[in-house]
Amino acid sequence: MAVEPVASPSSPGTWCGQCGEAADSGAHIRCALRAELEPPRWCVHCRRRMTVQVTPGAWTATCVRHGSVEQATWS
Amino acid sequence: MTAQATGTDILDVAREQVLEHGVPLRQEQVLSVLRTDDDRLPDLLALAHEVRMRYQGPAVEVEGIVSLKTGGCPEDCHFCSQSGQFTSPVRSVWLNIPELVRAAQQTAATGASEFCIVAAVRGPDDRLMRQMREGVAAIRAAVDINVAASLGMLTHDQVDALVSMGVHRYNHNLEAGRSYFPQVVTTHTFEERWETCVMVKDSGMELCCGGLVGMGESLEQRAELAAQLGELEPHEVPLNFLNPRPGTPFGHLEPMETADALRAIAAFRLALPRTILRYAGGRELTLGDLGTRDGLLGGINAVIVGNYLTTLGRDPRADLALLDELEMPIKALNETF
Repeated sequence: MAVEPVASPSSPGTWCGQCGEAADSGAHIRCALRAELEPPRWCVHCRRRMTVQVTPGAWTATCVRHGSVEQATWS
Repeated sequence: MTAQATGTDILDVAREQVLEHGVPLRQEQVLSVLRTDDDRLPDLLALAHEVRMRYQGPAVEVEGIVSLKTGGCPEDCHFCSQSGQFTSPVRSVWLNIPELVRAAQQTAATGASEFCIVAAVRGPDDRLMRQMREGVAAIRAAVDINVAASLGMLTHDQVDALVSMGVHRYNHNLEAGRSYFPQVVTTHTFEERWETCVMVKDSGMELCCGGLVGMGESLEQRAELAAQLGELEPHEVPLNFLNPRPGTPFGHLEPMETADALRAIAAFRLALPRTILRYAGGRELTLGDLGTRDGLLGGINAVIVGNYLTTLGRDPRADLALLDELEMPIKALNETF
């Protein structure tokens, strides 16, 4: 199964998608709050900075190694 | 005898001067408004709302924005995560034309009348102008919406080219008052920004020109920004509240207090009674849901729906439901205030 560059319950990854630090290096409370208003910037699997395109109703994050994911922000 | 009884109270003055006679507040008067106490804030917001309703009416202009070229900007605007000079995690990326059209369609589906295409550049190069020509034509062929643009500083030829494409409004913010601008940007001057704004106005395009508050400027400098915008007389003023971005020189600042943000909204409305005053970036962080409502009842008459250029906004359904509850109709396409 393909791995997406953002965290999911089945594939949480090693790195925080918001701050790029190790996911187990603390509670990342500010990162969790930030995620409500920001797309992830770091691939959670390899810590590469992703290209992120935000549009009015969605965002797309792309890691050169782990591929792209698009998430709608309104239906 | 109190100041209020002698008619020197700033709210009394503003009621007479702005509401009754339509004369904008001057810089020192704006400063007095920005200094009003918290216990006067409800009265201030109510007055600003009356001014908005009298000179602009109940309709709200709804707009969507999208970044055509993100990141890698050579300028050093200290609030911006898209500068290539900072350690911000934002990477450079271009949006293709089909996705641009899709974004315009998404925006139009909310009832919005405006769609603004934005690029993080000092000014457009040939590649960006070609992309704009192709993109604007594709949107106009597919979507019934006004197209605006924000591409940095322009030459006369570029202004003419945008007019010929059918771009009806151009955004170029002053960002800050003249005296604080050098603390915000060092790679270009306030005067260079002003020159582009004047060229846009002279071209017949509508000028959208605003700025940010909460960047560490003094109240005097905030009032100065309002007054200088008033001097420029833009068609629209987008009011941004600093959202401190990681890796930028202003990343360490705290978001401004809600009451200060609301005072700024009311003060800008009283300085700009006949201008569209739009909620732009940072309102989710600074105002939240309750503050958003207070601002719409305190001088704001335009909103950006959906996401911003690099950050996420509220679900448009929440904004549209709020407008419906407040009995503020969405401004129709081609309707004028």
